[in-house]
Amino acid sequence: MYVVIVGGGKVGYYLTRELLNQNYEVLLIEKDRSRLTILQEELGEVAFYGDGAEIRDMEMAGFERADVVVSVTGDDEDNLVICQMAKKRFNVPRVIARVNDPENMCLFHQLGVTETLNSTCIIYNLIEQTIESDEVIPLAALQQGKAEIVEVNVSEASPLVGKRIGEIVLPGQSLIIAVIRGGQARIPTADTVLSGKDTIIILVDSEHEALLNSFFADLQNVSI
Amino acid sequence: MDKNADAFRRVGDLPVKRVVGSGIDTAALRRTGIKDADVFMALTNGDNTNIMAAQIAQTQFGVKIAVARIYDPYRAQAYREMGLSTFCTPLVAARLLSDYILGRKWSGVDDYVDPIVSGRAEIEEN
Repeated sequence: MYVVIVGGGKVGYYLTRELLNQNYEVLLIEKDRSRLTILQEELGEVAFYGDGAEIRDMEMAGFERADVVVSVTGDDEDNLVICQMAKKRFNVPRVIARVNDPENMCLFHQLGVTETLNSTCIIYNLIEQTIESDEVIPLAALQQGKAEIVEVNVSEASPLVGKRIGEIVLPGQSLIIAVIRGGQARIPTADTVLSGKDTIIILVDSEHEALLNSFFADLQNVSI
Repeated sequence: MDKNADAFRRVGDLPVKRVVGSGIDTAALRRTGIKDADVFMALTNGDNTNIMAAQIAQTQFGVKIAVARIYDPYRAQAYREMGLSTFCTPLVAARLLSDYILGRKWSGVDDYVDPIVSGRAEIEEN
Protein backbone atom coordinates (compact mmCIF):
# COMPACT_ATOMS: atom_id res chain seq x y z
CA MET A 1 0.00 0.00 0.00
CA TYR A 2 1.32 3.42 -1.02
CA VAL A 3 0.50 6.36 1.25
CA VAL A 4 1.21 10.00 0.37
CA ILE A 5 1.26 12.47 3.25
CA VAL A 6 1.15 16.20 2.51
CA GLY A 7 2.54 18.55 5.15
CA GLY A 8 5.69 17.86 7.14
CA GLY A 9 4.73 19.49 10.41
CA LYS A 10 4.60 17.50 13.64
CA VAL A 11 1.52 15.53 12.64
CA GLY A 12 2.90 14.65 9.22
CA TYR A 13 6.30 13.74 10.59
CA TYR A 14 5.07 11.36 13.32
CA LEU A 15 2.47 9.85 11.00
CA THR A 16 5.19 9.14 8.43
CA ARG A 17 7.40 7.50 11.05
CA GLU A 18 4.56 5.40 12.36
CA LEU A 19 3.60 4.16 8.88
CA LEU A 20 7.24 3.43 8.02
CA ASN A 21 7.52 1.34 11.17
CA GLN A 22 4.52 -0.63 9.95
CA ASN A 23 6.36 -1.20 6.65
CA TYR A 24 4.09 0.89 4.46
CA GLU A 25 5.47 2.64 1.39
CA VAL A 26 5.26 6.31 2.34
CA LEU A 27 6.09 9.67 0.78
CA LEU A 28 5.99 12.89 2.79
CA ILE A 29 5.61 16.14 0.81
CA GLU A 30 6.85 19.42 2.29
CA LYS A 31 7.00 22.75 0.46
CA ASP A 32 9.25 24.61 2.88
CA ARG A 33 12.93 24.05 1.99
CA SER A 34 14.37 24.56 5.46
CA ARG A 35 11.77 22.32 7.08
CA LEU A 36 12.48 19.74 4.37
CA THR A 37 16.19 19.67 5.26
CA ILE A 38 15.34 18.74 8.83
CA LEU A 39 12.86 16.10 7.68
CA GLN A 40 15.37 14.59 5.24
CA GLU A 41 17.97 14.21 7.97
CA GLU A 42 15.51 11.98 9.79
CA LEU A 43 13.63 10.34 6.95
CA GLY A 44 15.98 10.49 3.95
CA GLU A 45 14.36 10.05 0.54
CA VAL A 46 10.92 9.61 2.05
CA ALA A 47 10.73 13.39 2.55
CA PHE A 48 10.00 15.00 -0.81
CA TYR A 49 10.15 18.65 -1.86
CA GLY A 50 6.98 19.91 -3.45
CA ASP A 51 3.64 21.70 -3.20
CA GLY A 52 0.90 19.13 -2.64
CA ALA A 53 -1.63 21.28 -4.51
CA GLU A 54 0.50 21.71 -7.62
CA ILE A 55 -0.34 19.21 -10.32
CA ARG A 56 3.23 18.70 -11.52
CA ASP A 57 4.42 17.95 -8.00
CA MET A 58 1.46 15.63 -7.46
CA GLU A 59 2.39 13.73 -10.61
CA MET A 60 6.02 13.47 -9.52
CA ALA A 61 4.95 12.23 -6.10
CA GLY A 62 2.97 9.45 -7.81
CA PHE A 63 -0.55 10.46 -6.83
CA GLU A 64 -1.85 8.25 -9.66
CA ARG A 65 -0.82 5.10 -7.89
CA ALA A 66 -1.43 6.26 -4.33
CA ASP A 67 -3.85 4.15 -2.32
CA VAL A 68 -4.26 6.80 0.34
CA VAL A 69 -3.56 10.54 0.41
CA VAL A 70 -3.51 12.24 3.80
CA SER A 71 -3.35 16.04 3.91
CA VAL A 72 -2.24 17.32 7.30
CA THR A 73 -1.02 20.88 6.71
CA GLY A 74 -1.93 23.61 9.17
CA ASP A 75 -4.16 25.36 6.62
CA ASP A 76 -7.66 24.10 5.93
CA GLU A 77 -7.82 25.69 2.46
CA ASP A 78 -4.71 23.73 1.44
CA ASN A 79 -6.01 20.47 2.89
CA LEU A 80 -9.33 20.95 1.08
CA VAL A 81 -7.77 21.62 -2.33
CA ILE A 82 -5.18 18.83 -2.01
CA CYS A 83 -7.88 16.29 -1.14
CA GLN A 84 -10.32 17.47 -3.84
CA MET A 85 -7.61 17.29 -6.49
CA ALA A 86 -6.36 13.91 -5.27
CA LYS A 87 -9.88 12.56 -5.49
CA LYS A 88 -11.15 14.14 -8.70
CA ARG A 89 -8.03 14.55 -10.75
CA PHE A 90 -6.01 11.54 -9.66
CA ASN A 91 -8.82 9.19 -8.61
CA VAL A 92 -7.13 8.34 -5.33
CA PRO A 93 -9.40 5.74 -3.68
CA ARG A 94 -9.05 7.14 -0.17
CA VAL A 95 -8.34 10.72 0.87
CA ILE A 96 -8.14 11.94 4.45
CA ALA A 97 -8.04 15.59 5.48
CA ARG A 98 -6.95 17.17 8.70
CA VAL A 99 -9.41 19.94 9.53
CA ASN A 100 -7.93 22.59 11.81
CA ASP A 101 -11.08 24.63 12.43
CA PRO A 102 -13.88 22.36 13.76
CA GLU A 103 -16.40 24.65 12.02
CA ASN A 104 -15.08 23.38 8.68
CA MET A 105 -15.86 19.68 9.31
CA CYS A 106 -19.33 19.90 7.84
CA LEU A 107 -18.15 21.99 4.90
CA PHE A 108 -15.49 19.45 3.93
CA HIS A 109 -18.15 16.74 3.90
CA GLN A 110 -20.38 18.80 1.64
CA LEU A 111 -17.49 19.51 -0.71
CA GLY A 112 -16.80 15.82 -1.16
CA VAL A 113 -14.01 15.29 1.37
CA THR A 114 -15.77 12.86 3.65
CA GLU A 115 -12.94 11.51 5.77
CA THR A 116 -11.81 14.24 8.12
CA LEU A 117 -9.90 14.42 11.37
CA ASN A 118 -10.04 17.30 13.80
CA SER A 119 -7.93 17.14 16.92
CA THR A 120 -10.14 19.62 18.76
CA CYS A 121 -13.17 17.37 18.21
CA ILE A 122 -11.29 14.24 19.22
CA ILE A 123 -10.10 15.77 22.50
CA TYR A 124 -13.49 17.32 23.11
CA ASN A 125 -15.16 13.94 22.63
CA LEU A 126 -12.73 12.33 25.06
CA ILE A 127 -13.65 14.93 27.67
CA GLU A 128 -17.32 14.45 26.90
CA GLN A 129 -17.00 10.73 27.41
CA THR A 130 -15.90 11.29 30.99
CA ILE A 131 -19.05 13.26 31.71
CA GLU A 132 -21.97 11.15 32.73
CA SER A 133 -24.96 12.16 30.71
CA ASP A 134 -27.35 11.06 28.00
CA GLU A 135 -25.44 12.89 25.32
CA VAL A 136 -24.84 11.45 21.87
CA ILE A 137 -21.12 11.10 21.11
CA PRO A 138 -20.11 10.27 17.53
CA LEU A 139 -17.68 7.36 17.29
CA ALA A 140 -17.29 6.55 13.62
CA ALA A 141 -18.63 7.37 10.19
CA LEU A 142 -19.55 4.54 7.82
CA GLN A 143 -20.18 4.53 4.08
CA GLN A 144 -18.49 7.88 3.54
CA GLY A 145 -20.55 9.48 6.26
CA LYS A 146 -23.96 8.12 5.21
CA ALA A 147 -24.31 6.19 8.44
CA GLU A 148 -22.79 6.74 11.85
CA ILE A 149 -22.05 4.83 14.99
CA VAL A 150 -22.62 6.85 18.12
CA GLU A 151 -22.58 6.14 21.82
CA VAL A 152 -24.69 7.35 24.69
CA ASN A 153 -23.69 7.08 28.32
CA VAL A 154 -26.82 6.28 30.30
CA SER A 155 -26.78 8.30 33.50
CA GLU A 156 -28.12 6.96 36.81
CA ALA A 157 -30.87 9.53 36.62
CA SER A 158 -31.85 8.71 33.07
CA PRO A 159 -35.46 7.73 32.40
CA LEU A 160 -34.04 4.87 30.31
CA VAL A 161 -32.81 3.07 33.44
CA GLY A 162 -34.96 0.00 34.12
CA LYS A 163 -36.46 0.01 30.62
CA ARG A 164 -36.31 -2.96 28.24
CA ILE A 165 -34.62 -2.32 24.90
CA GLY A 166 -37.88 -3.38 23.26
CA GLU A 167 -39.70 -0.54 25.00
CA ILE A 168 -37.33 2.18 23.82
CA VAL A 169 -38.52 3.69 20.57
CA LEU A 170 -35.66 5.61 18.97
CA PRO A 171 -36.49 8.16 16.27
CA GLY A 172 -35.71 7.65 12.58
CA GLN A 173 -33.48 4.94 11.20
CA SER A 174 -31.52 4.02 14.32
CA LEU A 175 -30.82 0.85 16.23
CA ILE A 176 -29.13 -0.04 19.51
CA ILE A 177 -26.46 -2.50 18.41
CA ALA A 178 -24.55 -3.01 21.65
CA VAL A 179 -24.77 -2.39 25.37
CA ILE A 180 -21.51 -1.97 27.26
CA ARG A 181 -21.72 -2.82 30.93
CA GLY A 182 -18.76 -3.10 33.28
CA GLY A 183 -16.37 -2.84 30.36
CA GLN A 184 -18.02 -5.72 28.47
CA ALA A 185 -19.92 -5.35 25.22
CA ARG A 186 -23.09 -7.39 24.76
CA ILE A 187 -25.42 -7.69 21.82
CA PRO A 188 -28.77 -6.75 23.32
CA THR A 189 -32.10 -8.47 22.82
CA ALA A 190 -35.50 -6.82 23.15
CA ASP A 191 -35.54 -8.05 26.78
CA THR A 192 -32.21 -6.56 27.83
CA VAL A 193 -32.90 -4.10 30.64
CA LEU A 194 -30.78 -0.95 30.80
CA SER A 195 -29.16 0.16 33.99
CA GLY A 196 -27.33 3.33 35.04
CA LYS A 197 -23.73 3.63 33.84
CA ASP A 198 -24.47 1.48 30.79
CA THR A 199 -23.12 2.75 27.53
CA ILE A 200 -25.29 2.06 24.51
CA ILE A 201 -23.91 1.95 20.99
CA ILE A 202 -26.30 3.05 18.25
CA LEU A 203 -26.13 2.74 14.50
CA VAL A 204 -27.90 5.69 12.88
CA ASP A 205 -28.56 7.01 9.40
CA SER A 206 -26.63 10.30 9.30
CA GLU A 207 -29.72 12.17 8.18
CA HIS A 208 -31.47 11.14 11.38
CA GLU A 209 -28.62 11.96 13.73
CA ALA A 210 -30.18 15.31 14.60
CA LEU A 211 -33.42 13.53 15.58
CA LEU A 212 -31.43 11.22 17.81
CA ASN A 213 -29.62 14.16 19.42
CA SER A 214 -32.85 15.91 20.29
CA PHE A 215 -34.38 12.63 21.53
CA PHE A 216 -31.62 12.26 24.11
CA ALA A 217 -31.53 15.99 24.88
CA ASP A 218 -35.24 15.78 25.73
CA LEU A 219 -34.54 12.81 28.01
CA GLN A 220 -32.03 14.89 29.94
CA ASN A 221 -34.60 17.58 30.52
CA VAL A 222 -37.04 14.96 31.79
CA SER A 223 -34.49 13.58 34.24
CA ILE A 224 -33.80 17.06 35.70
CA MET B 1 -13.76 42.20 2.74
CA ASP B 2 -10.14 41.79 3.82
CA LYS B 3 -8.51 40.07 6.73
CA ASN B 4 -6.22 43.04 7.18
CA ALA B 5 -7.94 46.30 8.22
CA ASP B 6 -5.06 48.32 6.72
CA ALA B 7 -6.09 47.17 3.25
CA PHE B 8 -9.10 49.48 3.31
CA ARG B 9 -6.93 52.59 3.11
CA ARG B 10 -6.68 51.88 -0.63
CA VAL B 11 -10.44 52.19 -0.94
CA GLY B 12 -10.18 55.74 0.40
CA ASP B 13 -13.57 57.28 1.04
CA LEU B 14 -15.46 55.27 -1.55
CA PRO B 15 -18.94 54.51 -0.30
CA VAL B 16 -18.43 50.77 0.23
CA LYS B 17 -19.14 48.52 3.15
CA ARG B 18 -15.98 47.13 4.76
CA VAL B 19 -15.73 43.90 6.72
CA VAL B 20 -12.54 42.73 8.38
CA GLY B 21 -12.28 38.95 8.25
CA SER B 22 -11.14 35.93 6.31
CA GLY B 23 -13.01 34.82 3.20
CA ILE B 24 -12.98 31.23 4.38
CA ASP B 25 -14.54 32.08 7.74
CA THR B 26 -18.26 31.41 7.45
CA ALA B 27 -19.17 33.73 10.32
CA ALA B 28 -17.16 36.61 8.83
CA LEU B 29 -18.72 36.00 5.41
CA ARG B 30 -22.16 36.18 6.99
CA ARG B 31 -21.30 39.63 8.35
CA THR B 32 -20.81 40.88 4.79
CA GLY B 33 -24.43 40.09 4.01
CA ILE B 34 -23.36 37.42 1.53
CA LYS B 35 -26.78 35.77 1.74
CA ASP B 36 -28.18 38.54 -0.47
CA ALA B 37 -25.19 38.72 -2.81
CA ASP B 38 -25.64 38.08 -6.54
CA VAL B 39 -21.91 37.86 -7.20
CA PHE B 40 -18.98 36.74 -5.06
CA MET B 41 -15.37 37.14 -6.14
CA ALA B 42 -12.43 35.64 -4.28
CA LEU B 43 -9.36 37.62 -5.35
CA THR B 44 -6.78 37.08 -2.58
CA ASN B 45 -3.22 36.11 -3.42
CA GLY B 46 -3.83 32.55 -2.23
CA ASP B 47 -5.18 30.13 -4.84
CA ASN B 48 -6.46 27.64 -2.31
CA THR B 49 -8.08 30.32 -0.18
CA ASN B 50 -9.94 31.59 -3.26
CA ILE B 51 -11.04 28.10 -4.25
CA MET B 52 -12.37 27.36 -0.79
CA ALA B 53 -14.04 30.78 -0.41
CA ALA B 54 -15.84 30.50 -3.77
CA GLN B 55 -17.10 27.03 -2.88
CA ILE B 56 -18.37 28.28 0.50
CA ALA B 57 -20.18 31.16 -1.24
CA GLN B 58 -21.92 28.73 -3.58
CA THR B 59 -22.72 25.81 -1.35
CA GLN B 60 -23.34 27.54 1.99
CA PHE B 61 -24.89 30.79 0.81
CA GLY B 62 -26.28 29.94 -2.63
CA VAL B 63 -24.50 32.77 -4.44
CA LYS B 64 -25.25 32.28 -8.15
CA ILE B 65 -21.99 33.62 -9.58
CA ALA B 66 -18.90 32.89 -7.52
CA VAL B 67 -15.51 33.36 -9.14
CA ALA B 68 -12.13 32.23 -7.83
CA ARG B 69 -8.97 33.89 -9.05
CA ILE B 70 -6.36 31.18 -9.47
CA TYR B 71 -2.77 32.04 -10.41
CA ASP B 72 -1.70 28.49 -11.20
CA PRO B 73 -3.08 27.74 -14.71
CA TYR B 74 -3.09 23.97 -14.13
CA ARG B 75 -5.00 24.25 -10.90
CA ALA B 76 -7.39 26.69 -12.58
CA GLN B 77 -8.00 24.19 -15.37
CA ALA B 78 -8.56 21.34 -12.93
CA TYR B 79 -11.19 23.31 -11.03
CA ARG B 80 -12.79 24.56 -14.22
CA GLU B 81 -13.25 20.94 -15.20
CA MET B 82 -14.86 20.33 -11.82
CA GLY B 83 -17.32 23.12 -12.63
CA LEU B 84 -15.97 26.05 -10.65
CA SER B 85 -15.85 29.52 -12.21
CA THR B 86 -12.18 30.39 -12.32
CA PHE B 87 -10.25 33.39 -13.52
CA CYS B 88 -6.58 32.88 -14.21
CA THR B 89 -5.09 36.38 -14.29
CA PRO B 90 -1.59 35.44 -15.54
CA LEU B 91 -3.12 33.60 -18.48
CA VAL B 92 -5.34 36.55 -19.42
CA ALA B 93 -2.43 39.00 -19.07
CA ALA B 94 -0.18 36.75 -21.16
CA ARG B 95 -2.76 36.60 -23.94
CA LEU B 96 -3.23 40.35 -23.94
CA LEU B 97 0.51 40.96 -23.98
CA SER B 98 1.27 38.46 -26.72
CA ASP B 99 -1.38 40.06 -28.92
CA TYR B 100 0.18 43.47 -28.22
CA ILE B 101 3.74 42.29 -28.93
CA LEU B 102 2.78 40.43 -32.09
CA GLY B 103 0.83 43.43 -33.29
CA ARG B 104 -2.40 41.47 -33.43
CA LYS B 105 -5.67 43.27 -33.08
CA TRP B 106 -7.11 42.91 -29.63
CA SER B 107 -10.05 40.65 -29.87
CA GLY B 108 -13.28 40.57 -27.96
CA VAL B 109 -13.23 40.21 -24.22
CA ASP B 110 -14.49 36.64 -24.51
CA ASP B 111 -11.21 35.54 -26.05
CA TYR B 112 -9.28 36.71 -23.03
CA VAL B 113 -11.57 35.51 -20.33
CA ASP B 114 -12.52 32.20 -21.90
CA PRO B 115 -11.14 30.52 -18.80
CA ILE B 116 -14.25 31.80 -17.09
CA VAL B 117 -17.06 29.35 -17.08
CA SER B 118 -20.14 31.14 -15.93
CA GLY B 119 -22.89 29.55 -13.98
CA ARG B 120 -23.16 27.48 -10.92
CA ALA B 121 -20.38 25.16 -9.90
CA GLU B 122 -21.21 21.61 -9.07
CA ILE B 123 -18.74 20.11 -6.66
CA GLU B 124 -20.67 17.04 -5.74
CA GLU B 125 -19.67 14.03 -3.75
CA ASN B 126 -17.61 11.29 -5.36
